Amino acid sequence: MTPELATWAAIAAMAAVTFATRAAGLLLAHRIPQQGRTRAALDALPAAVLIAVIAPAATAGPAEIAAMVLTVLAASRLPLLAVVAVGVVSVTVLRRFLG
Amino acid sequence: MTTLETSPWRQAAAGALTIAPAAVAVVPFGLILGANAAEKGLSAFETATMSATVFAGSAQFLAIDLWTSPAAWAALAFATLLINLRHVLMGASLARRLGRFGPGTRWLAVFLMADEIWAVAEHRALQQPLTPAFYLGAALPLYANWVVTTTAGAMLGGLIEDPAAWGFDFAFTAVFIGLVAGFWRGRTTLVVACASAAGAILAHKFLPGAWYVVIGAGCGVTVAALLPQRAPGP
Repeated sequence: MTPELATWAAIAAMAAVTFATRAAGLLLAHRIPQQGRTRAALDALPAAVLIAVIAPAATAGPAEIAAMVLTVLAASRLPLLAVVAVGVVSVTVLRRFLG
Repeated sequence: MTTLETSPWRQAAAGALTIAPAAVAVVPFGLILGANAAEKGLSAFETATMSATVFAGSAQFLAIDLWTSPAAWAALAFATLLINLRHVLMGASLARRLGRFGPGTRWLAVFLMADEIWAVAEHRALQQPLTPAFYLGAALPLYANWVVTTTAGAMLGGLIEDPAAWGFDFAFTAVFIGLVAGFWRGRTTLVVACASAAGAILAHKFLPGAWYVVIGAGCGVTVAALLPQRAPGP
């Protein structure tokens, strides 16, 4: 396989796998019970996924942990764009001081 | 649940407004991903095609990180599968919200189901029925920004030399924290959040690649299922 062909094969495989994971949920949805404990698990899913994705980065060091706390406080009262600004500015400043 | 019937254009505008902060926050990531891809030997056209067909930020970052020349396509596909496994559950949850979508828009919605878009769609569905106009209004600006900025990053190269020095790497974390706030339901969410975070941090410490996302989310939803159930709500 030439390098170009390998690159295109990788891109095609990544696209196919990504679409398959996104479509699988739609195809399986009617087999998943919509009440009781399964319903509770699905309702909890958005927060669980979002937190799992960021937890390691948000706790990588003292500066990140402190910035994460400030960002959480901001998220409880400010709109999303302001929350992002608080996160970026606070982690930049805190990394200077806490390393 | 209130039903606010407005024109499709107003729905689309509401979607665009809701996604705007995430669409802005994605700009530095797109530039950085594109620059990294160029460094790994991908052309701007290849990078653009990847963004336009895969459209999954975390999977693309992971893949570019693991990229070798020539590309080990099977290993890259497996890494993509691991980091995107969460989409199976996310799709199952979103499926409950797609009652107003036709067959075509349904699959288009699934193709565009990046984390941020899925999160704003789920949040919208808590307040009023999700419409294709709102969904596409939210999805298309983010999609366009992602394709354009990753391509620009690949053409411009190392424009941002050290993204961490400017805190840009933390923008992604901040967007997700802001999105979690929209799903906050008091103590239940707090317990779920602690379980997810603990599972993800432990898995990240001891396991390679993207297992931590699947394991962390799995811990969170398991705890949610095990908590004492309230009476069935609407």
